[in-house]
Amino acid sequence: MNRSMISKGLLIALPMLALGACSSTTDADAEAAAKLQAEQAAAAAKKAAEDAVQTDTIQAIELTAEEKLVEQYTSAILETTINFEFDKSVISPKYATILDAHAKYLVNNTDKSITVEGHADELGTPEYNIALGERRGLAVSTYLENMGVSASQITVVSYGEEKPVNLGHNEAARAENRRAELVY
Amino acid sequence: MFVRLISLIILVAASSNASARLEILITEGVNSARPIAVVPFKWLGKGKKPQNFSEIVAADLQRSGKFSPLSIDKMPKTPSNSKDIDYSTWTELGVEAIVMGEVKPDTTAGKYIVTFELLDVLTGNVNMPNFDPVMDKRRSTITTSQLRQYAHRISDIVYEKLTGERGAFLTRIAYVAIDRDSTHPYQLRISDYDGEGEKLVLRSKQPIMSPSWSPDGRKLAYVSFEKRRSQVYIQDLYTQQRELMTSFPKINGSPTWSPDGTQLALVLSKDGQPEIYTFNIKTKALKRLTNNRVIDTEPSWTPDGKSIIFSSERGGRPQIYQVSLATGKAKRLTWEGEINLGGTMTPDGDNLVLVSRHNGNYMIAVQDLESGELRTLTKTQLDESPSIAPNGSMIIYSTVYQGKQGLALVSMDGRFKANIPANNGEVKSPAWSPFLQ
Repeated sequence: MNRSMISKGLLIALPMLALGACSSTTDADAEAAAKLQAEQAAAAAKKAAEDAVQTDTIQAIELTAEEKLVEQYTSAILETTINFEFDKSVISPKYATILDAHAKYLVNNTDKSITVEGHADELGTPEYNIALGERRGLAVSTYLENMGVSASQITVVSYGEEKPVNLGHNEAARAENRRAELVY
Repeated sequence: MFVRLISLIILVAASSNASARLEILITEGVNSARPIAVVPFKWLGKGKKPQNFSEIVAADLQRSGKFSPLSIDKMPKTPSNSKDIDYSTWTELGVEAIVMGEVKPDTTAGKYIVTFELLDVLTGNVNMPNFDPVMDKRRSTITTSQLRQYAHRISDIVYEKLTGERGAFLTRIAYVAIDRDSTHPYQLRISDYDGEGEKLVLRSKQPIMSPSWSPDGRKLAYVSFEKRRSQVYIQDLYTQQRELMTSFPKINGSPTWSPDGTQLALVLSKDGQPEIYTFNIKTKALKRLTNNRVIDTEPSWTPDGKSIIFSSERGGRPQIYQVSLATGKAKRLTWEGEINLGGTMTPDGDNLVLVSRHNGNYMIAVQDLESGELRTLTKTQLDESPSIAPNGSMIIYSTVYQGKQGLALVSMDGRFKANIPANNGEVKSPAWSPFLQ
């Protein structure tokens, strides 16, 4: 799983946090607003012609939504995949920074919720792998809860071996497929 | 919500044909199967033969592992009627029985009259007046759409006459196909047991798992992730009607129909770990059968409906156990092999078919329940989801073949194997139907 794929996934998964509710306008409102705007512009132009000095604005340089997230939660917030050893559901310490970043985000944003998808490799039967995938999903869920995330913000779904990210039938593919994914 | 459901799932009318046809390849020869001659049926009409009956019958009998059909070029003659048989020439070839027949057009267009005979070569050769070599002889009028079915019917009759066991060639399989180029990649399909006549019955944007037939062959229970979570549904195959069975938090999995058709055994993890439950289809009453801190999964009913076979990690690694519905007591059935999963009892109750891991390879195996002896039937590495023919003669399972997941058949004795590669996406989770007539 490469990094750019993860960020792309997150780009879709994470709603633009900075953007507020978008305003909705009716046709009548729009007409009135346009008229007002035209009047104001005319008045401003008249005033500007009379003034001794004139000013204008430039656009501020803003961070992208991801950059803002990274600024607050470190670049680990863009990582959404936790991989596991064969037949194991123990979270490796190397994923702590990723999970800590997501935990912090969820603690700060209690209105947001997350789905932890548990996945298994192709070894073993589909039914057993559903159980194994859930065990992985729950391990991640427990970690997040221990970091202060409310259980009500987390849903665990196991897809077992049904949704591999790598369709190969070798060990490299299987290692990629043994995973939990954080989906906002 | 309703509109979303419609857009997510497209039910396909039973008449629509899925594009791909499965094809059977023989991968392993037969050593000691009984020699039989299936003579090409004589076409008494004009133009092209409507259906090659003998090819279908010979393939059916061969796949059972119990018969070795003689190739046509080795036949001394190709008779179509018992009146003109020289039994001695067939005895010399070691042939035990001969299947032969005639097809002629009916006076009604689109209909055919099919006659066939099954002959006992040994009796015919002895030529004693009181012993008739004709073991069976039948005539039927059938339509074009019934031709393939009738060929399987002939196979069933021949198989039963010669083995004393009911044939299972006129049965179907349900399986999950994954066509990643489709807008709805996860598909539930049904075909004849030999992969012919494939039909799509459900397709979805999210995974479908674990199809299980109702004992009357009319409905399927399965798991669908269409709501981005697991749920158990029942679908009527004739009316397309779907009914939600369970939708508890966490796992809703592995439904299997009870032999009397009133209940499902299934797996729920709503109370913690995955546990085995029975679920009454009518009253929706749940009964929990297992209770521990490890994984219990893959329930299947014993043929008498009195207990449930399942996989459990209670002994460390997953092994197969049996729990009695009356007492709730569980006992361990498998001891050999690193891991054993996906156990089902054969219809006679004598053997357990399962997935056994040896040296890291997952293979289909059969364990004699009396002696405890375990025999592996396959040599591939990623075999799973075994499903037994209703007469216990063959097992269909999922395997990885030439880098793709597909289905394969193995006879219960392991002597005959055939791959059924999917030429349209990957295929898995086969479920063999009950007897359908």
